[in-house]
Amino acid sequence: MKPPRSKRLSAFRPQIARLERRLFLKQGLSLGALSLLSGCTLKDDDAVDRLLIALSRFNDKMQAALFDPSKLAPTYTEAEITTPFPFNAYYEEKDIPRIDGESYRLQLSGLIADKRPWSLSELRALPQSSQITRLVCVEGWSAIGNWRGVAFRHFLERIGADLTARYVGFKCADKYYSSIDMPSALHPQTLLALDFTDAKYGYPLRLRLPTKLGFKNPKFIGEIFVTNDYPGGYWEDKGYNWFSGS
Amino acid sequence: MVGGADKPKTIHPLFVRVTHWVNAFAIFVMVLSGWRIYNASPIFGFEFPKDFTLGGWLAGALAWHFAAMWLLALNGFAYLAYGLVSGHFRRSFLPISLRGAFDDVFLAMRGLLHHAPGRYNAAQRVSYIAVILAVIVAILSGLAIWKPVQLQTLTAALGGYEAARRVHFFAMAAIVAFLVVHIGLAVSVKGILAAMFTGRAEAPR
Repeated sequence: MKPPRSKRLSAFRPQIARLERRLFLKQGLSLGALSLLSGCTLKDDDAVDRLLIALSRFNDKMQAALFDPSKLAPTYTEAEITTPFPFNAYYEEKDIPRIDGESYRLQLSGLIADKRPWSLSELRALPQSSQITRLVCVEGWSAIGNWRGVAFRHFLERIGADLTARYVGFKCADKYYSSIDMPSALHPQTLLALDFTDAKYGYPLRLRLPTKLGFKNPKFIGEIFVTNDYPGGYWEDKGYNWFSGS
Repeated sequence: MVGGADKPKTIHPLFVRVTHWVNAFAIFVMVLSGWRIYNASPIFGFEFPKDFTLGGWLAGALAWHFAAMWLLALNGFAYLAYGLVSGHFRRSFLPISLRGAFDDVFLAMRGLLHHAPGRYNAAQRVSYIAVILAVIVAILSGLAIWKPVQLQTLTAALGGYEAARRVHFFAMAAIVAFLVVHIGLAVSVKGILAAMFTGRAEAPR
């Protein structure tokens, strides 16, 4: 059952099937709680889960308060780029979605004035910028990569998104989904990336923001929406902290 | 004091006892959940045995870690503030002598060290100060890897994100090494464990 140590990027793989079937809070936390408090007559172990969830929400607020919208993540030189860049997803590399760039259209929904879908050539016609930054994974490892694309703030302004809304959500072709807070979406280094090392890292479109952990950088984006209703996320719904700021 | 010779006196102030046990719980949670987090991407060629970790899986371990960090930091801050303001540190930790600490360790290994309740010997002084520093380093390096962008100055001071991860690991290792000796002595030297709850030394006979 142990994930192969050498494959830290795929450390999730052997556990996925299991994780999918079990509810994180029902089993993961409760087992920990019971082993911790086995000496006590703990009648309702859900209380521990509720406490941990409440503290995770508290940590969301603390991180939002700590977030400085003008503080830039450190950048690196091309020589410092990690090669090969680790592939990491909740599935194996062979199962990445294959998307036809010609017929691809980015869908928009929610609190957006102009919901017209975007083709890749239209996205490429917008001003492009690039960044070499460190991606930090929730597992602990990190890697330096190069991403190029449209400043997300520029795109959100262009489509008439409600910039006072609380969340920007993403639905992906690999059934992954995630969401970020609006201040992070508007950060100068938050990028709607079109160019990266290889298609397997999210072709044709992914989000890149160095101010959050790797799993908050969704790949293979098919739809972007703006909302005030908490959208959650694939890993967030399983128990990872939602804000997960760096 | 006017207490009779048979009246036990308080050797551990209430504030120290409370913060000690709150800290013990926080450290226990931080170390065991930290081992689980380490296992998600081991930096060295080993993993911690799953049965000795807390949280069930990575997300559970992170939830514990990021909950107990508040307890550790707030309780630790209260303890340091009390120690400095009340004079507890000055009275109990000074003077510090590394030489004296080595002498005490050798005496203890030969079974010759007399433990005087209510007074830290030279080895205790040095090791308690060392473990307080280790916890401070653990908290700072933990902040550095939690917030390498927002607290990038701190992260850079520790040599960058990857170096800070290692600093965090070795701070944990230092704390655990202390605990092995500390708990070993606490349960083997007669009478001292109870005093950490009651605050009272047994009346001298």
